[in-house]
Amino acid sequence: MALGLEAKLGESVLTTKLDVVVNWGRQYSLWPMVFGTACCAIEFMSAAASQLDISRWGAEVVRFSPRQADLMLVCGTISYKQAPILKRIYEQMPEPKWVVAMGACASSGGVYDNYCTVQGIDEIIPVDVYISGCPPRPEAVLDALMKIQDQIKGESVLEDRHKDFKGILD
Amino acid sequence: MNNTALELIQGAFPGAACEAVIDSVVITVQPAEVEKTLSRLKNEPSLDFGLLLDVTAIDYLDYPTKQEARFCVVYTLRSWAKNLVVQVRIPVADPEVGIPTATHLWESANWGERETFDQYGIHFQGHPDLRRILNHWQFEGHPLRKDYVIDHRQVCYESDSLEKEIKARLALKGVDDATMKDINTEIMFLNIGPAHPATHGAIRILTALDGETVVANVNEIGYLHRGFEKTAEQRTYNQVIPLTDRLNYCSSMMNNVAYAKAVESWLGIEITDRAKFMRVILSEFYRALDHLVCLAALFVDMGGLTNYWYLYNEKESAYDLISRLTGARLTSSFTRIGGMYRDFYEGWETDLENQLQAIEKGVQDSLGLVAKNRIVHDRSQGICVLPGDRALQYGFTGPNLRASGVEFDLRKDSPYYNYDAFDFSVPVGSNGDLYDRIMVRFEEIFQSISIVRQAMKMIPKGPVNVADNQVCLPPKAEVYDNIEGLASHFKLVFEGVQTPAGEWYDSFEAANGELGFHFVSDGSGQPYKCKVRPPCFYTMGGFHEMVEGEMIADAVINLSSINIIGGELDR
Ligand code: SF4
Repeated sequence: MALGLEAKLGESVLTTKLDVVVNWGRQYSLWPMVFGTACCAIEFMSAAASQLDISRWGAEVVRFSPRQADLMLVCGTISYKQAPILKRIYEQMPEPKWVVAMGACASSGGVYDNYCTVQGIDEIIPVDVYISGCPPRPEAVLDALMKIQDQIKGESVLEDRHKDFKGILD
Repeated sequence: MNNTALELIQGAFPGAACEAVIDSVVITVQPAEVEKTLSRLKNEPSLDFGLLLDVTAIDYLDYPTKQEARFCVVYTLRSWAKNLVVQVRIPVADPEVGIPTATHLWESANWGERETFDQYGIHFQGHPDLRRILNHWQFEGHPLRKDYVIDHRQVCYESDSLEKEIKARLALKGVDDATMKDINTEIMFLNIGPAHPATHGAIRILTALDGETVVANVNEIGYLHRGFEKTAEQRTYNQVIPLTDRLNYCSSMMNNVAYAKAVESWLGIEITDRAKFMRVILSEFYRALDHLVCLAALFVDMGGLTNYWYLYNEKESAYDLISRLTGARLTSSFTRIGGMYRDFYEGWETDLENQLQAIEKGVQDSLGLVAKNRIVHDRSQGICVLPGDRALQYGFTGPNLRASGVEFDLRKDSPYYNYDAFDFSVPVGSNGDLYDRIMVRFEEIFQSISIVRQAMKMIPKGPVNVADNQVCLPPKAEVYDNIEGLASHFKLVFEGVQTPAGEWYDSFEAANGELGFHFVSDGSGQPYKCKVRPPCFYTMGGFHEMVEGEMIADAVINLSSINIIGGELDR
């Protein structure tokens, strides 16, 4: 039973808000760019392989070209030597984009509290979801994916995200 | 063995100070003598130390006993045919002046000395390309010096262009602007990595191309340098074990075993028979897993994606087995100094056998697709060849060296943990091409499975930890009920296993080759220095020679065929 405007337009027309329909599309077709540097990337491979099958969330189209991706998964330790590259690739991704920090290293430097390791990638780029663990189980990657989907649901296409972010390389 | 080796070296160098340490001979020489000593060690047929395993330095700034000089450079050499290891120590009075390079003797000295320069700031006179290798080019100071504070972080704002290096390499190959004008073309520079799927991690490969052919290649590593060695100096011996997981994370348990074995060899601990067998079983199981991942990724690069599912799925289900045993899928941390974390669980034997059968099936399925496949043959036979003598020059070990026809395997040549009791063969290639590297790994999987089965039949019952409260945590009943148990528990946890002062090197045949640990102990429960001899690092040092003259697409497969693992490469 349609109500309001839809009642007048008949069975074949649905009305909705732009935000809702765009976000619906974004949620279920996230294209990950896997920035895999270390051990955590192996666990991402497991999340993508057949047992856990990331395609159930519509995120199986792994792109290694940042220009074709909208979800950056940082899996592994980021050293200061790697940091400018991380930033560059993030900047090459078109808006809107989301970032997941997978594992203790990407989130906080992990066990590597030393001269060469960035103490969390949020010193370089803005992060939306953090996954704990060293390494996290692959299920945790799926959990993070659902968190991103939830987050997308509440966003507006009219607003820029992370406008005022300033990292150590900016 | 010690004595004959010691006599041999002492006989050859009557004036030098020699001593035998575990399985190696340590000889101390002054900088003026270095060149002569090293070249004799390498070239005299009676000595024949053709394999330079590692170069490192020691900073004695905080060392309790006074040494001749603050720094000391150590070359670790192996005569693979005679199965001898010798360490040449050279006290360095002034790091700025340094010592003469050994790059004219071994190609592997190139990267080894660069690392020593980067980490300790020691100059090598005459080195063709002495610049940083692990730390970034904007880094100041030398992190492994004892006066470098561990958390003094230095930001890198820009990547190195490598323009100078690639141009130098081109010039070395005789390609300059005039040649290019002659053939009426231009060199194209193509940069792959450090964030590129083909590099399987963070490695940067810069190539100069003529069409699709690689004319010159230089590589940059260090993108995953995580300061393992500096961090290890701040931990007790047992606390380092979780860090070793993260070296070669595709075969974490082998690193655990190699590390524990190295510490135990110095402590003089004979671990229990059951622990030895457990270590063999788990190491061989992980060797198979490591090769599975390597081959799975390799065939993806070659365009045979189906193999990935056959091979990787078995690795994935093996994780379930491993997490049942250790509690973790990837980062096992399963050994302890003096034994193992715990025994196999009940039902392990059946689970393991099922898993072995599944691996065999997966590998057979994959072999069915590739063994007689014309495309695989055409793309791998005679491609990216490295002959045995060149492989030795670059310090190759393990399956990559064996693929080049050198039959060297520590499990056969210097057996530990009863390896001589098992019936297995060491597959050897004949050409050192891509095909040999692939097939050697396939065959090693079958050999490892066979060793696991033999060991499961032979494994005796008994404890998995040595009954020594100075080394292993006492049983909980003792900790709760008597004061001595409690005290040793506390002492072990807080201070670590007390290790007599000294320096030693110990090695292990890991999935990628010789994984060595060079320790310096000041007598406390924390290593004064803990240097890893990573097989990948030296393999990568020879990469350019394998790919120059080949097609760019083959260079990508070549990288997967030598199985470079970032964690171990950059530490
Ligand atoms: S969080 Fe742990 S598993 Fe992940 S990259 Fe860091 S050390 Fe490796």
